[in-house]
Parts: sequence; C-alpha cells; structure tokens
Amino acid sequence: MLKQITLAMLATIAAAPALAFEPARPVEFVVTSGPGGGTDNFARTVQSIISKHKLMDASIVVTNKGGGSGAEGFVYAAGHKGDPYKLTFGTNNEYLLPSVAAVPYKAEDLTPVAALALDEFLVWVNGESKVDDIKAFVAAAKAEPKAIQFGGSQSKDTDQILVSTIADATGAEFRYIPFKSGGEAAVQLAGGHIDANVNNPNENRGQWQAGMVKPLCVFRPDRFPKSEPVHDGKGWNDIPTCAEAGLAIDSYRMPRTVWLPAGVDEAAVAFYRDVLKKVSETQEWSDYVAKTSQTSQFMAGDDFKAYQTGDRENVRKVLKREGWLVE
Amino acid sequence: MGNFGYLMDGFATVITTHHIVIMVIGVMLGILVGVLPGLGAPNGVSLLLPLTFTMDPISAIILLSCMYWGALFGGSTTSILFNIPGEPSSVATTFDGYPMARNGQATRALTLAFMSAGIGALAGVVMITLLSTWVARFALQFSSPEFFAVYFLAFASFIGMGANAPAKTLVTMMLGFALATVGMDTISGGLRLTFGIPDLIKGVSFLVAVMGLFGIGELLLTTEEGLRFDGIKARVRAVDVLKALKEMPRYGWSILRSTLIGIWMGITPAGPTAASFMSYGLARRFAKDKSQFGKGDPRGIVSPETADHSAGTSALLPMLALGVPGSATAAVMMGGLMIWGMTPGPMLFIERPDFVWGLIASMYLGNVVAVLLVLTTVPLYASILRVPFSIVGPVIVAIIFSGAYQIANSTFDMWLVLGFGVLGYLFKKLDYPIAPLVLAMVLGDKAEDAFRQSMLMSNGSLTIFWSNPLVGGIMALGLLMLAWPVVAKAVGLRGIRRGSATTHSAKL
Repeated sequence: MLKQITLAMLATIAAAPALAFEPARPVEFVVTSGPGGGTDNFARTVQSIISKHKLMDASIVVTNKGGGSGAEGFVYAAGHKGDPYKLTFGTNNEYLLPSVAAVPYKAEDLTPVAALALDEFLVWVNGESKVDDIKAFVAAAKAEPKAIQFGGSQSKDTDQILVSTIADATGAEFRYIPFKSGGEAAVQLAGGHIDANVNNPNENRGQWQAGMVKPLCVFRPDRFPKSEPVHDGKGWNDIPTCAEAGLAIDSYRMPRTVWLPAGVDEAAVAFYRDVLKKVSETQEWSDYVAKTSQTSQFMAGDDFKAYQTGDRENVRKVLKREGWLVE
Repeated sequence: MGNFGYLMDGFATVITTHHIVIMVIGVMLGILVGVLPGLGAPNGVSLLLPLTFTMDPISAIILLSCMYWGALFGGSTTSILFNIPGEPSSVATTFDGYPMARNGQATRALTLAFMSAGIGALAGVVMITLLSTWVARFALQFSSPEFFAVYFLAFASFIGMGANAPAKTLVTMMLGFALATVGMDTISGGLRLTFGIPDLIKGVSFLVAVMGLFGIGELLLTTEEGLRFDGIKARVRAVDVLKALKEMPRYGWSILRSTLIGIWMGITPAGPTAASFMSYGLARRFAKDKSQFGKGDPRGIVSPETADHSAGTSALLPMLALGVPGSATAAVMMGGLMIWGMTPGPMLFIERPDFVWGLIASMYLGNVVAVLLVLTTVPLYASILRVPFSIVGPVIVAIIFSGAYQIANSTFDMWLVLGFGVLGYLFKKLDYPIAPLVLAMVLGDKAEDAFRQSMLMSNGSLTIFWSNPLVGGIMALGLLMLAWPVVAKAVGLRGIRRGSATTHSAKL
C-alpha cells in the first residue's frame, strides 16, 4: 500500500509540470471479439500501423477477450480502474451490452478515447432472389407476415436492433434467427437457408463477388464513394441508400471505438487520442478502411460524446419497444 | 487448365529455399505451441499474425499453415506422454495413447500417432486438390438442422462406447451440457449460470476443464500410487520407430474410415474435435475385440489421429472457398487473409489461383516436412518419460497452470483447473467416464444453438430434421448408431453361439 502511495505521488510529481503521459511499460490492447472478428482486425490493424510508424515507444500486447459478446473484455477493463495501460477496442457494444444483458459493468466504467471509423449496414438477399429492390422486399414481407427469415450475428445486438427498426419503419413483420457471427449469417444466406441478412460490407463481399448474394440498399446518409466494380459491373457506389430507395431510415452505422478504464488521467486519454489520430491519417489506415468498405471518421472528446448520446437514444427506443431493456 | 496444372504451378512457387525454411520454422514453432497446453494453435497463430503483415501473402500463409500442422502434431505428443491434450482435438488420443505409453511403448504410440496423422492430413489435401470446386457447393447445403444432425450423430456414435454403467455416462454427459451453457447465450443474448461472477461471462473454457480432468486428475492418481511413472523402465530405441511403421498397414481399414469421417467433418464444418471423437467411437463400435480399448489399443490411437488431421486440413477448404472457417485456427488465418488484402470466398480460387494453389502445394510439402521432423524426434520425446517423476511431475503442474492462465489471462481459470483436477480424480476413483463430459462440453452449445435455430426456422416443428434427404439421412444414421448396441447384441449373441459351437467341435 505504502509503495503504491509513493508511486502515485512520484507519478503526480513527474506528471505535474508537463502534464504529459508516455507509456513506460507495454500497453495491453484488449480486443472485445475473438481472433478473426471485425474488432480483432480493427485492433490488429491499429497495432501494425503504430509499430510500423513508431507512433509509440512502448510495446503492445494484444489479448482477445471476446466472451459474452465482448462483455468479457469490457468487464476486464472496468476492473482495472485508473489503469492507463489497458486500451480497449470495441464497437457501440460498450454502451449497448449493459442495456440488454445483466453484465457486471456499466457503460460509465470506461472512458471514451476515440472512434476511428463507421461500419455500414446493408440489406442483402440471396443472389437468385426475385426481389431486386427494398420496396419489393418490404412488400413481400407484408404479404406474408413473419415468413421472411432475417439472419444476423448474435441476439439483441446491432443486427437484430436494425431488423426491428426496419420492421417498425415499414410495418412488416420478420423472423430473426441469431447466429454466432456475421460470417455464419453470410454463408446461410448464400446457401439460401435464410432470406436476408443485414451484414457489414466486409462480411458479405466474397459472396457478392460470386453473385451468391446481392445488396438491396445501404443505411448510409449518402452513397458509398466510387470504387472498382465488385460483381456484374456493379460496385459499392451503385447500391442505393435505403432512404432513396424508399425505406425511411436515414442512417444506421456502427462505430469502431477505443476506450480506457474509468478514472484515468486526462493526460493519458490525450496521449492515446493523439496516437490514434495519427493512425487515422496514415495510408495504411485508408487502405484498411477502403478494403473493408468502412467510412473513416475520427471522433474524440465532445464529438464522440454527442455521437454516443444520439446512438444510445435511438437504440434505447428500440430496446424499450421490444421489451429487451434490462435495468 | 485443370486443378492439376494449377497445383504444379503452386509447387513451382513453393519449392524455393526461402519457402522451405519458412516451412521448417513454422512446423517447429507449431510443435512448440502444440506441446504447451493452453497456448494452442489459434493463440500461436494470432501471436504470429502481426509478423506476417510485412511478408508477401504466400510466404505468410505458408508460415501460418505450417505452424498449424506443427501444433496438431505437438498436441498429440503431450496427450500420449502425459495425458494432457495440447489441443482440444487430441483429447480422444489420450484414451489409448496414454495407456500404451504407460505400458512402456511410448515410442510405438507416438510413431503410430504421427504416421496416421500424416496420412490423414495428406488425404485431406488430396481431397482439396480433387474436389475443391464441388465441395464448396456441398458445404452450402448445410444449415442449422443439418448441423444439429451432425452433432447428434457425434453424440450417438459415442454413447454406449464405454464399459461404464449407462447411468454414469448419462450423469457426466449432462454435467458437460450444463458446463457448456455457462456464459452468454447466442439465441437469447442473455447470461446463463454465471452467478454474478465476472470471470464466468466468457464461459468455462473446454481446455481448462480438460487440463484439470486429465492432467491434474492423473497426477493425483499417480501420486497416490507411489510417485512414479510405470513407463520409466521402457527403453527407447530408434528401431521401435521402424517396427511401429511396419505395423501401420494392419490398420488400413481404420485409417480409411477415419479419413472419410475427418474429411466430412472438416468440410461441413463441424471441426477436428468432433471428428476425432466420432472416429474413436466408431473404431470401438466396429472392433471385433473391444477388450483392449482404453488400455492401449493401437486402433484407439490411429483412428482419432487420422480423423483429427484430415479434418484439420479439410477445414481450410471451406475457409478458402466459402469464407467460413472450419476451425478456430482457420478463423484466425481468415482474419490474416483479409489483412493481406484478400477476400476469402468463392472468387478467391478464380482471382488468386497463384495464392490458393501455392497454399495447397505448401500443404503437401508442409505435412511431409512435419512428419519427418516429428518422426526423427520421437525417441527424444519418448525419453522424457525416463526422467524421474519427482522432476517431471512438478514441471507438468507448472505447465498446466501457466497454460490455463494463458488461455484467457485469467487467474480464476487456475482455480477452475484445480477444481476440475479434483473432479477428475473423483471420477476415476468412482469409475465415472470423463469422455462424455468432454464431448458434451465441446459440442453442447453448438448443438443447442443449431437446434434452437432450427426451431426458429420451422416455427417449432421437429419435422425440419426430416425435411430433405441430407438432414434426414444424417439423422437416420444417428438413430441407427444410437440403437446399434441393441442391434449388435442381437447379432452378436448368434455369433457367440456359433463361436462356442465351433470350439466344441474342435475339442471333439
């Protein structure tokens, strides 16, 4: 105890004049998904960019704590209150999970550092489906309530919330079937076992290339930027936004976020924010974002807070309507 | 140009000093992580992944896939020598491999395991070469009902295989199912059986359970029996390796059956663990003389090893062709593929044939390199058993606990290992079988997810399991397996009667 106090005092003295933070030992990147998941690719890309451009002197250890839809990692970080060596990578699941499951941490147990990108959602159907646009899709769903099977990753998570939002906006009724990952939902759709999914671009790209699935619309405020054609002469830019195609949902996206435990110094938050800002300005980052069809958008401080507040409000409306809210 | 032409191009790419050196390094690293329980292939490959970002994709995938093969071989080594499976898929190898090593035939057990593993892996690669275009379409037919049917078949082919009382088997299997439900539930998104303990959110790791039940449990028993390994007097000679090699053709039938099981489970993709258990169960069921199973029957080593490796190899095909990983390690490699700028999926074969066929060629060579490397080091591994128990015992305990910690960097898991160790000890003392518990833990939550997804798809009607010839066929096979002991008894009784009649006449 005495040692800790002395260390703490020393740290304050050292930090006081410059108010700067510089990691003095290895930093742990806590990944709230299993190896190979979307968050895992995100964290490992950031790691490789940091070490390639030497943006940080301390070394990095990546650990996967993806149990319980990522709750494992957030609980772990929450348990290291005030520890600036636990940088946690996630999505909006940080503040979503405590609302839908009795997980032993609160959204406030982590300090937001930054969001680096927004991942998109699309409505996909099987490549041989007769339906070619979202209007026809909704009409088909209305004709036969609960006949259309929507697959998605996990339960009461981003995918199911979006399906519920679509149902609410159109008055159609769907059946939602949760799978372990978006990858599984992609293969089930390619095999024609389910009727649709709301996968991220990266999860369905391979199947789209082969024409096994096709996109109907994307939940972006504007179309994707121009890119190479993916299948049959069509590229990401040719996909209409859902709003322009007649489905009144302007935007539904998932941020790629980075967190520290609560109670860390403002100086530590500022340090990582600067490092991540530099990461987001590299060529490698643009390549990663382009490859995975995400949108690079650096948000920190008040911007990020405002984004979270908006996102949480939207999500809570759905949770309340479906009766999923846990409190 | 057919697949064969592509393959030759692949060999041309792969056979360079640079790539061969990478293969050897990969295999060696793989053996290392495979031997250390808890580290395992998925973790090892993740650790290596950042190093590959600067390599060209073909070298990178060769390094990672060779590490995978090495880890599969390394996993069998500890199963046989210490009853600690380094990999989940080598659990079934402990059933007969460890008893054989204890009988003083460690070299024989290791050689049989490595050889059959090599054969299984090569069979898997040949299958990929020949069937890559067709298999991708077959795997697409699998949905939740089909998956459930496959898991059902795995359970069914395992039930009744033990000499234990059926009630005891049922008890341990149910305990396994209960342990598998701990943590987040995919279908409802809620937490189950976590009792508010944060460390239980991630669920109970199957590896933690196995290390405790087998590793610690076995050490407790050994300690009770007088602090020694029975195998220590065994002499280790290189000749034994050759002897065991000569023995191999005798198990041709077992190898063929296990290869088919492995390939099927790798493609579908139910994974190598299910494959090795199913293969062991079937080897036992179809054996005429079951008395040696569990005591060091060579077929009990050859069957799970062959199936494990052919499934492990075949699992790469759905990853490349469909973008659906057949095993945890394949999932990590898929993440690597995306980082290197490739999209796993049906178009990969068309867009990057150089990469795909380079990988396939490296699978042929990598496995040959791996078999040669492990075979030449068999006597070395086997001689570990000659080290006095007072030295090896504590080392094993240290390896188990550090391994348990490494799985999730959780100290809680170390207590769990201890708990499972005591449970394993009690199970052995009271003659409860451990295998059904392990099987239920591995496949329990997958089977549950598949079943509940099927029920969602069919609105709660069980007829979905008979809705097409594929799922109906697998279910029928499963039911047949379940009923087999009864059928075999009816048939077997006649056989015995006839058998005793002939001995009678011989005497007369």
